[in-house]
Amino acid sequence: MARLTKNKHEQTLAKKPTGITGFDEITGGGLPEARPSLICGEAGAGKTLFSIEFIIRGAIEFGEPGVIMTFEEKADDLEKNVLSLGFDLKKLQKQGLVWIDHVHIDRTEIEETGEYDLDGLFIRLGHAIDSIGAKRVMLDTIENLFSGLSNEGILRAELRRLFGWLKEKGVTTIITAERGQNSLTRQGLEEYVSDCVILLEHRVINHISTRLLRVVKYRGSLHGTNEYPFLIDEEGFSVLPVTSLKLDNNVSPQRISSGIPTLDAMLGGNGFFRGSSILVSGTAGTGKTSIASYFADASCKRKERCLYFAFEESPKQITRNMKSIGIDLQKHVDAGLLEIHSSRPTLYGLEMHLVAMHKVIKKFKPRTVIIDPITNLITIGSMSEVKSMLIRLIDFLQSENITVIFTALVFEKEATTQTDEGVSSLVDAWVLVRDLESNGERNRGIYIMKSRGMEHSNQVREFVIRDTGLELIDVYQGPNGILVGSARRAQELTEATGMELRTHAMSRKDREVERKRMVLEAKIASLREEFESVQDELNRTFLEEELTNSIMAKNRQDLSNNRTNRKPGNGKRK
Amino acid sequence: MAYMGKQDREDADTSEYMLRLFITGSTPNSIRAVSNIRQICETYLKGRYSLEIIDVYQEPGLAQQEQIVALPLLIKKRPLPQRKLIGDLSEVDKILKILDVNKDNG
Repeated sequence: MARLTKNKHEQTLAKKPTGITGFDEITGGGLPEARPSLICGEAGAGKTLFSIEFIIRGAIEFGEPGVIMTFEEKADDLEKNVLSLGFDLKKLQKQGLVWIDHVHIDRTEIEETGEYDLDGLFIRLGHAIDSIGAKRVMLDTIENLFSGLSNEGILRAELRRLFGWLKEKGVTTIITAERGQNSLTRQGLEEYVSDCVILLEHRVINHISTRLLRVVKYRGSLHGTNEYPFLIDEEGFSVLPVTSLKLDNNVSPQRISSGIPTLDAMLGGNGFFRGSSILVSGTAGTGKTSIASYFADASCKRKERCLYFAFEESPKQITRNMKSIGIDLQKHVDAGLLEIHSSRPTLYGLEMHLVAMHKVIKKFKPRTVIIDPITNLITIGSMSEVKSMLIRLIDFLQSENITVIFTALVFEKEATTQTDEGVSSLVDAWVLVRDLESNGERNRGIYIMKSRGMEHSNQVREFVIRDTGLELIDVYQGPNGILVGSARRAQELTEATGMELRTHAMSRKDREVERKRMVLEAKIASLREEFESVQDELNRTFLEEELTNSIMAKNRQDLSNNRTNRKPGNGKRK
Repeated sequence: MAYMGKQDREDADTSEYMLRLFITGSTPNSIRAVSNIRQICETYLKGRYSLEIIDVYQEPGLAQQEQIVALPLLIKKRPLPQRKLIGDLSEVDKILKILDVNKDNG
């Protein structure tokens, strides 16, 4: 994006990249080339650091030598100060990339006798620029001249001449100045430096400080006009352009599992959309962190990096606690897939948290992010501030296609459908875990309040945390409302008993029938026996009759044969 | 370096008043300063001073070493304490006071 804007402006106004994270994005390329820019702010606002980074990054990253002319700190002090940020000024000086000149001016040592000019300064600066071929110059804090020299008329004229001369020299200059009472700078330097004015602020609200940067003026260039939070840490200065003005992020149709199959089932069977934002809200102790950890676990099991921001527990606490419900997060931490960042919300202001998260996310490049819980942020900012911060965070995460889970604590007394951050309208999916109190015990109920762009269950599930893991169970819809916990168990038992009794009754009836059948069958058998014996009797009589008939017939035959067949032959026996 | 040569000369110099004037070429302020200091020295310190005039344009490296910001600059090296005066040296009374020169002695 930055590059695009830069190209667009190249015809009109060339810009010098500062190399400061985020700043070049806000200004669309950096500071105006070959012109002086004014950085103003109160003491300790970070003016010097900003300028030094401009010089050092210019030297290291862009190969442009730079001159540091300091009116406050001695060169040695300066070297020590930036050494803690990992910049070796001594080495850069040896390489001829940086030239440091400490201008010492003390009113007590100098008497003014008539007209003078600041040619000495011009010569020093000119010599420094020419010696190393400098492209960048920093004057920190040139207003000190006003305390060293008393003739304001001469000083003003000379400064005007100096800035003009620097322009002619073609160097990009940063001038730092202390903030005045009613003006941007004590000596009204903004009158002379008309091209680019940047204001750094350090605001303390509720004992928590936030550093803010604002581009007050940037002639001939578009620039962000908001106050941008910035961070000074061990890597230097980073500004965060956290307000994206458009809603044109790419979206993904891909779905990812929540890590709890039964929850996925409630979400149309596939889980959440990738790149979506999910809010898990609930009262204290309802298992929000457990749900988040399951999500982290699932993410790591897919070999996707997950970043866990914890505002309540330390990394060790989380891994220990999650082990008790059967998730081994340590394994993922060791594999480099999971990073847990714990910090107290009160560590710094909201904006700083945002910047810090932004930085870590940019560095770790996770696919999923967990923020547990967002409610604690309320302690360091008002609701509207937290909301605006979360909008920007969600915006940023969506632009990176990172899925994020927020957990939020809902207070018992408030309406359960209200999250105090008012973020429910921002998120794509909202899972509510709620205490269901009845019969002297508390149980957890889980609802899907909303889930944009997918079919989702409208039912309450009972949410049970066991040492083996999380489980969602269908609740009983009884005559007295829904039944959960012991009541559900009791109902289950009652039903199981009823079932047992019914099966018992059934089997008794079965046996009765069996017995009846056997009796009848026995009867049938005896009747059949009887019938058979009658049949036998009848058969016997019939057979006897027949036998008698046949024997009689035979006898008759024999008799007749005896009478008719008396032959002599038969008398052979004689 | 040329400056080191001056340092040697400085040691050899035994004048009571040792003055050094830094100027920038022939700008009006410089020309005025040179003529003013010459006149003051000739009037009040005749024979007791040494005056060295250095054009910073010719030796730009000197500006950083001598912590020069405003010009013209007159440095009174001796007698101690060392004092610095900037400007075209037109305020004679003030200069004499700083140089610790009694006007009547002149």
